[in-house]
Amino acid sequence: MNIVVYMKQTFNTEAKIVLDSNGKIEAKGVNLIINPYDEYAIEEGIRLKEKFGGEVTVVSLGESNVQAAMRTAMAMGADKGILISDPALENTDEWARAEILAKALSTIPYDIILAGRIAIDDCAGQIAIRLAEVLNVPSVGSVVKLEVAGTQATVTREIDGGTALVEVSLPAVITTTKGLNDPRYPSVAGIMKSKKKKLDIVTLADLGFSAADIAPKMNVQKHSIPNARKAGQKITGEAAYVAQELGRLLREEAKIL
Amino acid sequence: MAKGIWIIVEQRNSQIRKVSLELLSQGRKIADETGEPLVAVILGHGIEGLATEVGTYGADKIIIIDDDKLSEYTTGSYTSVLNKVIREGEPQAVLLGNTALGKDLAPRLAHRLGVGLASDCTGMETDATSFLSFTRPIYSGKAFAHLTSNVRPILATIRPNAFPVAEPDASRKAEIVKETATIDANDLRAILKEVAIAASERPELTEASIIVSGGRGMKGQENFVLLEQLADVIGGAVGSSRAAVDAGWRELKFQVGQTGKTVAPTLYIACGISGAIQHLAGMGSAKFIVAINKDPEANIFTVADYGIVGDLFEIVPLLTEEFKKLVG
Repeated sequence: MNIVVYMKQTFNTEAKIVLDSNGKIEAKGVNLIINPYDEYAIEEGIRLKEKFGGEVTVVSLGESNVQAAMRTAMAMGADKGILISDPALENTDEWARAEILAKALSTIPYDIILAGRIAIDDCAGQIAIRLAEVLNVPSVGSVVKLEVAGTQATVTREIDGGTALVEVSLPAVITTTKGLNDPRYPSVAGIMKSKKKKLDIVTLADLGFSAADIAPKMNVQKHSIPNARKAGQKITGEAAYVAQELGRLLREEAKIL
Repeated sequence: MAKGIWIIVEQRNSQIRKVSLELLSQGRKIADETGEPLVAVILGHGIEGLATEVGTYGADKIIIIDDDKLSEYTTGSYTSVLNKVIREGEPQAVLLGNTALGKDLAPRLAHRLGVGLASDCTGMETDATSFLSFTRPIYSGKAFAHLTSNVRPILATIRPNAFPVAEPDASRKAEIVKETATIDANDLRAILKEVAIAASERPELTEASIIVSGGRGMKGQENFVLLEQLADVIGGAVGSSRAAVDAGWRELKFQVGQTGKTVAPTLYIACGISGAIQHLAGMGSAKFIVAINKDPEANIFTVADYGIVGDLFEIVPLLTEEFKKLVG
């Protein structure tokens, strides 16, 4: 089975976000991790390989340092990687990134493409689904259970307030979410092996894109940091008084109850 | 010339989702500001009866696409049908709720239309040069991105609870247009077999205006009944922190935070939740936060509008009684 995992390197969930002097998100000094939702995709890809044979290819977009996250995926068990790295990626939107990824996948076979349902940095959740559209394959999002049989997959997807059972023909794009599996930690042997695995770095020119081809359709005008919430008032006293006082404040001050 | 603000109305079992009413209400305001018509699009089967209600929330025109193949949502069929009506109608903007359906449909629809998409917006304003500008939380609410697009139509998904629902106006009458669905085999490569919605009297977590949430301080699965009783008195949903999910006390679908649900209720009551940065990211845009925790140093108090240092097992039942009196 040919398995592709689209993954992203993101800030650690502990990271505090500040803007640099140009008003951009400051990346200096931030610890980087594999996007947590992509870990489920990598793990599921490796499990499919273990069950059906084949290869897991991890694909990512970003700066040269993304290789670290990709090597971790390889240490978990992915076989090879393609990193699309180019300074021009900085100003691309989700539309362009999906087009670029699709081009990079045009030369490799795939039966299933896995990706996290959302990245915890941009929180957009668009690229994997757009990729399915470019590749003209179906997609199923927010999957918590995946069973593959031949050229069909039966998946359980999270919906508001419950789940939906979907049957999808392969190849397909599946986005993964918490609950699908418990991602493994890389073993020492895995880490050793990962260093020798093939990781190709390609530029936009290699893929045949010019700057005009990937001009964004959605523009980020600026970033801002929300006003920090301030600690409000403490309600102190006997429990009975505290309950009564909170009720009063929620009614009279907050006008909720 | 592109025309109109379109709202994709989401219904489930012929009930209009609250977020769709929020979008119609806000859409009406933008329509009045810009002089554009407000158009509602309803897809499904046996849904014609919904038009009257949609009309009272401000739609000038309602496009109804009623087909048994649309009775349940599938990505392929909804994308195809909407792509066709949008190409024909050439709206300025198309807005969807950032629900399970919206998150799945909007990226695919945007790509088929060859346009951008502003996902999970919490702010939307008219803009002199780009028609609309959007604000969306990134890094799980630790920062905002401000977006505009000069490509038409502008697509956006809007987070539930970002805008209030206006009072319906029964005197409004909308023009109703029926369109037919054309769905081909290519649209049916992913087929819905079954939907399992857990029966619950409580509102869905991401749509709830009030959430009562519990963390490690709940000490066990059996104690969440205290929060359920409190929530039921005030029509709230019950959420939890990651700690309570990891301990196996609550199902994953109730987790609020960076790797769970992002919520924006009017009132969030955090019980026995320490307030890790990942949890605050998921609920920090709540309008009012109440924290009950026995540790006076708990981080949750730094964001709480009303903080109670004390034993939740003593205070929560008293709150239930007190709120019962107030709302009863």
